[in-house]
Amino acid sequence: MSDIQNISRRSFIKNIGLTSGALIIGSHLSLFANETESVLAGAFQPNLFVELKPDGSLTLIASRSEMGNGVRTSLTSVIADEMEADWNRVSVEQAIGHKKYGDQNTDGSRSVRYLYETMRKMGATTRMILISAAAQKWKVLESECHAENHFIVHKNGKKIGFGDLVEIAKTIEAPKDIILKDPKDFKYIGKNLKSIDVEKYVTGSAIFGLDFRLPNMKFAAIARCPVTFGTVKSFDKTEAMKIPGVEAVFEIERIETPFGALGGVAVVASNTWAAFKGKEALIIEWDNGKNGSYDSVKYMEMLTENVHKPGVVSKTRGNIEAAFSASAKVIESTYQLPHLSHAPMEVPNTVAWVKENSCEVWCPTQNPQAAHEEVKNYLGFDDEKVIINVTLLGGGFGRKSKPDYVVEAAIISKAIKAPVQVVWTREDETQHGYYHTVSAQYMKASLDEKGNVTGWLHRFAFPPIKSTFDPTADYPNGWEITSASEVPFDIKNFQIEVGQAPAMVRIGWLRSVINIPHGFSINVFTDELAHAANQDPLAFNLKLLGEDSTPEDNKSNKFSATRLKNVLKKAAGNAGWGKPLPEGHAQGLAVHYSFMSYVASVVEVSMVEGIVKIHKINTVIDCGIVVNKNTVIAQMEGAAIFGMSLAFYGKITAKDGAIEQSNFGDYRMVRMNEAPKIEVEIVESTAPPTGVGEPGVPVIAPAIVNAIFKLTGKRYRNLPLSDYELV
Amino acid sequence: MITLVVNKKKHNLDASPDMPLLWALRDTLGLTGTKYGCGVGACGACKILVNDEVTYSCLTPVSAAVGKEITTVEGATPNLQLLQIAWIEFNVPQCGFCQPGQLIAATSLLNSNSNPTDEEIDDAMSGNICRCGTYQRIKKAIHHTVELKKQQK
Repeated sequence: MSDIQNISRRSFIKNIGLTSGALIIGSHLSLFANETESVLAGAFQPNLFVELKPDGSLTLIASRSEMGNGVRTSLTSVIADEMEADWNRVSVEQAIGHKKYGDQNTDGSRSVRYLYETMRKMGATTRMILISAAAQKWKVLESECHAENHFIVHKNGKKIGFGDLVEIAKTIEAPKDIILKDPKDFKYIGKNLKSIDVEKYVTGSAIFGLDFRLPNMKFAAIARCPVTFGTVKSFDKTEAMKIPGVEAVFEIERIETPFGALGGVAVVASNTWAAFKGKEALIIEWDNGKNGSYDSVKYMEMLTENVHKPGVVSKTRGNIEAAFSASAKVIESTYQLPHLSHAPMEVPNTVAWVKENSCEVWCPTQNPQAAHEEVKNYLGFDDEKVIINVTLLGGGFGRKSKPDYVVEAAIISKAIKAPVQVVWTREDETQHGYYHTVSAQYMKASLDEKGNVTGWLHRFAFPPIKSTFDPTADYPNGWEITSASEVPFDIKNFQIEVGQAPAMVRIGWLRSVINIPHGFSINVFTDELAHAANQDPLAFNLKLLGEDSTPEDNKSNKFSATRLKNVLKKAAGNAGWGKPLPEGHAQGLAVHYSFMSYVASVVEVSMVEGIVKIHKINTVIDCGIVVNKNTVIAQMEGAAIFGMSLAFYGKITAKDGAIEQSNFGDYRMVRMNEAPKIEVEIVESTAPPTGVGEPGVPVIAPAIVNAIFKLTGKRYRNLPLSDYELV
Repeated sequence: MITLVVNKKKHNLDASPDMPLLWALRDTLGLTGTKYGCGVGACGACKILVNDEVTYSCLTPVSAAVGKEITTVEGATPNLQLLQIAWIEFNVPQCGFCQPGQLIAATSLLNSNSNPTDEEIDDAMSGNICRCGTYQRIKKAIHHTVELKKQQK
């Protein structure tokens, strides 16, 4: 990640001078306060995130996007805790997209993992300045003062509020050596703070991108070619223009960058409904282009062929062929998983207002700096002439990391010289996404007489994410391999091979990314091996996970087999693994390490008239230090439902290049009547914080499939289960 | 000109009679608490009450609500307010986008059933999708609201 900019003493003072009355140590506001001031080029450390007013009110800046991940609460509560601030005096402002904040890309389950220490320092620095200010005012030693719940307190008992120290604090230099709190004194970190936005969510006053309004704002819908990267041959707008409220119809260009607009025909109207109706009334002849041949059934046959022949070896140790020929038993399986779509409840949308030399945007984006880059490049404006405001996101799941929809709004606003909100229909969202990859995987393993795994071959083919950045890329590489190649199994003879798979749609990352197919195949195959070895899957997995790691490894960010085995044992214990279950129930388990976190789940199922019912999911996560327990538990609950949805229903298919699904009727989600009881345990840890948003997903689908096998003796190796009419 | 009564307040609006209530509320009246999720009555994000009947506002034309009482998440009915308290108590929302529709569906349920079972909650709430997966907490919050009501009496 890029660094949050460092501050010099000079820019620190200069920045303070920008504000009236408030102690702002670096600020998002500066862009609006003084566009010509050179503070923009300067840096704002140590506290780009803190604004304390003389009345004691405290504004903390969230630099990452809020999409249900709880980040506006977790990151700011870390600052507040270190500051000894009163959480009731805190309000949170969302940062614009600007490189001074460092990496703002809210994906990869990285926000707390990357920013925990930095946010602690932001808070600690502010606390230390306030202590210095009080000591100066009282003419006492700093060491005789401490911060406590929005006051600085002297050892003789006198106290002064944070707000009353603002004027003196402005004159005090930031400390060189930052002293962090003792974790035993944490007030917010590791507790259960409610979301700072929860009241807005339940009263309907939360402003998502879709809710943002400007005076005289227009609404726009876009007809895009059903086939990825197809283009407009010709169009007839006569009927569209007859719809009351429709004001303009015109073609928009494709921007050929990874996050550029797809292009198509735009309908601008006085309200969203008219824009949607106008879009439906368009008659368009498309040039489908080279992706018009995409047929996902044939494509899966090709992928499967590619994994049934030797691939490109990307990792090998020992000699798998020798192991296979010397073994007592060889097991082979093939797994097929389809494309998935993100389906956030809030469709992609953006408000843009392009003026002659500047542009301001309001958008639900996970990646405001990428949005800034795309819009700036499209308009040819200077960096500081494009402002990306980040609204709340009605779900993201990776879709809103790709700001193609932001560029669309800029294109249309520039054309109509007015503010406009581009709104995707649900059908647009389903049919023009950046899809989770489609994959075929072949696995082969050998067992000795005792049921030990002596050889392991994992061969897979899927169009890689890299294809979105380089259309010629048709093999996975790097981290799209490691979730399989670094599987922490104690197997001597081991090989990873990859097969060819050219992309026919835009491939993107979706919550948990390649850990979904890899976590699935590895956990289902392991269960198959346990069965073939006539062993209990829990014992089999624990044996496969090998030797315990050192105590030092267990406290660091280094992979620890002990921690992985621990979550598995705990999940099994919590679920009553091996104990009697109600008649007709069975359990399955899965364990997976991703985003540096350790997760295991046990799923309990039954079947009624051939239909699978999930009764309970027990998940255990070890994600190091926890900032907000409520958020971690909520993310594990959500991951269980997300995992169930993809296991039950998740399937995007293409015919003649066009996506066949359109809305929640044919791209289904799990609903409340299917939702099981979900129990979550968080492992207490002093290790550095690791990922939370994604690592709960990969274990769910394999645990379900393993439970169904236990119950019925039938092994379902492809998803979704709706294809087998099991749900 | 069409007259709508929304949350006990009269609004005159210039809208085509076949415009769905969803867009009249959001784009014409600026009441953005009611959400667009699918446009086909499949997700429940747009749910409102029309004369106490739970209604998909994305499918219901403005003309069908003339002379009727419309309640949205911005309205203040006794059951909705208690549910909102319970939603906060149980930290229900994640991204929060679907929650207005969830709260309206739950309000409608409690308006007709003062002490629903789990199965009755499933029946009433399964028209609403939450992609973040907050179902378990929604169910707990509805049961908690029933308790809150008992305490009020």
